[in-house]
Amino acid sequence: MIDISLGHYLTLGAVIFSIGVIGIFLNRKNIIVILMSIELILLAVNINLVSFSIYLGDIAGQVFTLFILTVAAAEAAIGLAIIVVYYRNAGTIRVEEIDSLKG
Amino acid sequence: MNNIELVFPEIFLALSIMFLLILGVFKKESSKIIQNASLLVLLITAVITFNETISVDQTVIFNSSIIIDYLSSFMKIITLLAAFIVLIISSNYLRTFKIFKIEYPILILSSVLGMMIMISSNDLIVFYMGLELQSLALYVLATFNRDQIKSSEAGLKYFVLSALSSGLLLYGCSLIYGFTGTTNFNLIAGQFDNSDYALTFGIVFVLVGLAFKISAVPFHMWAPDVYEGSPTSVTLFFTMVPKIAALTVFIRFLYVPFLELIDQWQLILVFISIASMLFGAIAAIGQKNLKRLIAYSSISHIGYALAGLATGSNDGIQSSVLYITIYIVMNLGFFSCLLMMKRNNVYYEKIDDLSGLSKNHPLLSLSLLIILFSLAGIPPLAGFFAKFYIFKSVIEQSMYFLAIVGLLSTVVAAFYYLRIIKIMYFDEEKESYDKDHSLWLKFSLAASTLIILIYFIFPSQLVDAVSKINII
Repeated sequence: MIDISLGHYLTLGAVIFSIGVIGIFLNRKNIIVILMSIELILLAVNINLVSFSIYLGDIAGQVFTLFILTVAAAEAAIGLAIIVVYYRNAGTIRVEEIDSLKG
Repeated sequence: MNNIELVFPEIFLALSIMFLLILGVFKKESSKIIQNASLLVLLITAVITFNETISVDQTVIFNSSIIIDYLSSFMKIITLLAAFIVLIISSNYLRTFKIFKIEYPILILSSVLGMMIMISSNDLIVFYMGLELQSLALYVLATFNRDQIKSSEAGLKYFVLSALSSGLLLYGCSLIYGFTGTTNFNLIAGQFDNSDYALTFGIVFVLVGLAFKISAVPFHMWAPDVYEGSPTSVTLFFTMVPKIAALTVFIRFLYVPFLELIDQWQLILVFISIASMLFGAIAAIGQKNLKRLIAYSSISHIGYALAGLATGSNDGIQSSVLYITIYIVMNLGFFSCLLMMKRNNVYYEKIDDLSGLSKNHPLLSLSLLIILFSLAGIPPLAGFFAKFYIFKSVIEQSMYFLAIVGLLSTVVAAFYYLRIIKIMYFDEEKESYDKDHSLWLKFSLAASTLIILIYFIFPSQLVDAVSKINII
């Protein structure tokens, strides 16, 4: 058995973070996927913070995590509301069709 | 609790927001009352900030997570005054689009509260909470004209890109926390050794997030779309107020914890600054929409403000703060003109709509002429002095390349400002616009034009006010 060290947690965080960022830029289909990618990014940050907090023996990282969870919930709520408003006007949430502002 | 009176402005603002929200929910047809009450709240908060904190020496409170010093008081007062003027001149515009609702002033108040917390933050957690409070309110403001596809699309784009940038910023915060063991700016300063590359990564991530918020190149792509799509009064808010708070955080983040790592971040800042100045100047040339044009112009102005920060000296910081102050006055004048271009309840925002403006509206086009000359940096107007202070502090640090690029992009930028003036004065005239504007709109146009025009007679007032800022 290998010991799971700080490095492993950080790698996991970095991988999830990269998946989130790549998900936003490669996704050409659906806005909901972008919302999920944003959530992934925030979760990666949480993994980072909690593992640092345990490793350093300092509580501030976990406090930060709780704040981030709360903000992520608020952000998702507002994001979904904006998507609903957009869908009412445009009748679609396909990413490639969001192009009325250009220049 | 010691020194709790130093956060009275924030406490008062937070309580007023909750009270106004409840009042607006329970009282029918109360948008006018809420609007006036919000104006009053902003003024009172500015007065409290002035009374309680402007003469206080640097003090940290709440376990040193909040800092009150001259920089924070100065920036808070500018934020509050700018928000006050935005709110007061936007009511006619909102009425025209039938979006004069109670939420509008309350959202502006809550984003201002977020900005005040950002400005005072001395800790990564507090800074992040302030930033999010500000952004969440701004997402909704961008979408405020919700029956119009452009506004909702602007809100959607702003939401996605801004949430992404918050994520990047947070990742940077987590790295900084992990490799220094603390989230406090003062404590971070003594905790690192220079060879730590992970810490540099953290700084870069946070800088990327902040550059997003002030729309500096290469993270500017949201700005033109969002500025064009949002209601004009919200665009006015976007171009002025959030930049003050983000610039303050830029100053604090770079100069308090990471001053010793200046060799690492200085190059990044110089690059961002040069790219913003050049891109903003060149991309604005082909624009047809005035709001889009002002988006590119604000990108290039932010480049100049960042050039002052890149110097790493107190003079540089002071010149940046002065630049952003004058930029706000110029922007206010420009948008007052934009809000006056109304005919039969339709607002016009194309550059062509300005053609022949001087025949029917000589006074309006004269003000716009002065404001545009000032934005281009032509002496003896205020915009020239703003650029002059920046270049002075840049050259004092022997960063000649930055100064030369800045001067060149001023020349390029002058082209599109002068093109507007040519269209205004020499092209064929169109139908005249309405002349029954609200008193406050006329007042803000007249005041900003006058300040720009006579700044060179009394430059010392503003310079003295700014010169008390002492970070290093």
